[in-house]
Amino acid sequence: MTETASIAVKGEMLDVGTALLDGGLGYLVVFIGLILLMCVVIVVGKIMVSKSAAKKTAAAPAAAAPAPAAPAAPAKKAALAPGSAGEVKIYDTDPRDAAMIIDIVADKLQKPLNELRFVSIKEVK
Amino acid sequence: MLESLGSLVTESGFAQIITSPDGWKALVMIAISCVLLYLGIKKQYEPLLMVGIAVGCLLANVSVLGGFGNALYHQELWDEFLKEGGQHYHSYGYIMAHGGLIDILYIGVKAGIYPCLIFIGIGAMTDFGPLISNPKSLLLGAAAQFGVFFAFFGATLLGFNGNEAASIGIIGGADGPTAILTTTKLAPHLLGPIAVAAYSYMALIPMIQPPLMRALTTEKERSVKMEQLREVSKTEKILFPIVVTIFIVLLLPSTAPLIGCLMFGNLLKETGVTERLSDVAQNALMNIVTLFLGISVGATMVGSNFLNLQTIYIVVLGLIAFSFSTVGGLLVGKLMYKLSGGKINPLIGSAGVSAVPMAARVSQREGQKANPSNFLLMHAMGPNVAGVIGSAIAAGFLMSMFH
Repeated sequence: MTETASIAVKGEMLDVGTALLDGGLGYLVVFIGLILLMCVVIVVGKIMVSKSAAKKTAAAPAAAAPAPAAPAAPAKKAALAPGSAGEVKIYDTDPRDAAMIIDIVADKLQKPLNELRFVSIKEVK
Repeated sequence: MLESLGSLVTESGFAQIITSPDGWKALVMIAISCVLLYLGIKKQYEPLLMVGIAVGCLLANVSVLGGFGNALYHQELWDEFLKEGGQHYHSYGYIMAHGGLIDILYIGVKAGIYPCLIFIGIGAMTDFGPLISNPKSLLLGAAAQFGVFFAFFGATLLGFNGNEAASIGIIGGADGPTAILTTTKLAPHLLGPIAVAAYSYMALIPMIQPPLMRALTTEKERSVKMEQLREVSKTEKILFPIVVTIFIVLLLPSTAPLIGCLMFGNLLKETGVTERLSDVAQNALMNIVTLFLGISVGATMVGSNFLNLQTIYIVVLGLIAFSFSTVGGLLVGKLMYKLSGGKINPLIGSAGVSAVPMAARVSQREGQKANPSNFLLMHAMGPNVAGVIGSAIAAGFLMSMFH
């Protein structure tokens, strides 16, 4: 390429074959690098998931120990939704009303639900 | 008295426009800087950098008309600095002794400091959660580097040498700091046009990508709703930057400045014990470096270097690089759609070009146009941040090949 001013332009001209080879090799290196990284991330993820599952299983008997009397606490719970910070204890409140209260609080605070934690909701009589 | 007035007139920039052989070039560059200011302020094309670049260009070209002694940026000093075998080859002391304000700020670009500091800020602002929960996103981040190597090949066909072609190709990585660092190392004389092309096209992503997305995917593919991502634990998020740094830098040591800084910033964010540092990296540091980077990169757009056929080639090749990166991501997205039995929406593939989070937003918008109940944003963030890692690897490869 034409040189501008007096700047030293480093680098050799490449012929078409070399340029094609370099380009193809570069794309291959990016793919190999990220595929290997993907494998590492998958392995680490699997280890972490199995560890947390083992922790949950170990914690289950402890959780089965006598709990404080909760009049209307839900009986048996399903798996927690992703991003959940735990379950909400609802006393003397309809679940639909509780859901509405949670929504109103989040709206008033202008905070996304996954940044709020509701411990319990109880009707004040 | 009259003599003083006369010399004041002849030394003024207005007189230089007429009398100096490069006067008209400076005038054209002043007009270009005004266009860039318009794009940055009115059209809001990457304003944080575009305004700085435009002002840098304006100051360099206005002040150079006032004579060598008054200039904020001295192209001549940097020509000496780059002249291999010259008396002042790679002498920062020479620049410090004779340079203006922008020359001194430009040392941060030349030494590759600003792009790395910006990567610390980007790392501190990035949530790798979507990528960790769906590691296959990394394939899309890799696929979307296609444009880098396609433009590299195209540039060599147009007569650019290896170093120049590599610097032009990296525009397709859609990552400004990576493009600047690579160009600084490989072809510093092309820094101005490459930086402007990279940031302009990043700003134009909402216009460049959608037609390609619609052309390469069917309505059925675009309306695919993807399954919710799994929850990622804090420990995984802390481990991720450490694992990536060790693994990628060992694999390709030339990626150390970019990957190391990106992951350092991310570690500051995720540890939970360095909140103050994370806050500084995300805000104060990022803003200061963006300011310095913009103004000093803009100053390299001096008429004598910028106004030539090379610049036009670079602008065209940059667009080709961006388009083919999008195409690469979309095609592998389509392949993943087929292999997964229609569970992966191929639109997330185009987000594999880094441009965070703009490219992911475009995927979300196109997906929602096809199916209003579709929420692709978090799914597209995976390939999007994978693209940052992918473009850093591509840059590392090119630097190790040609530096």
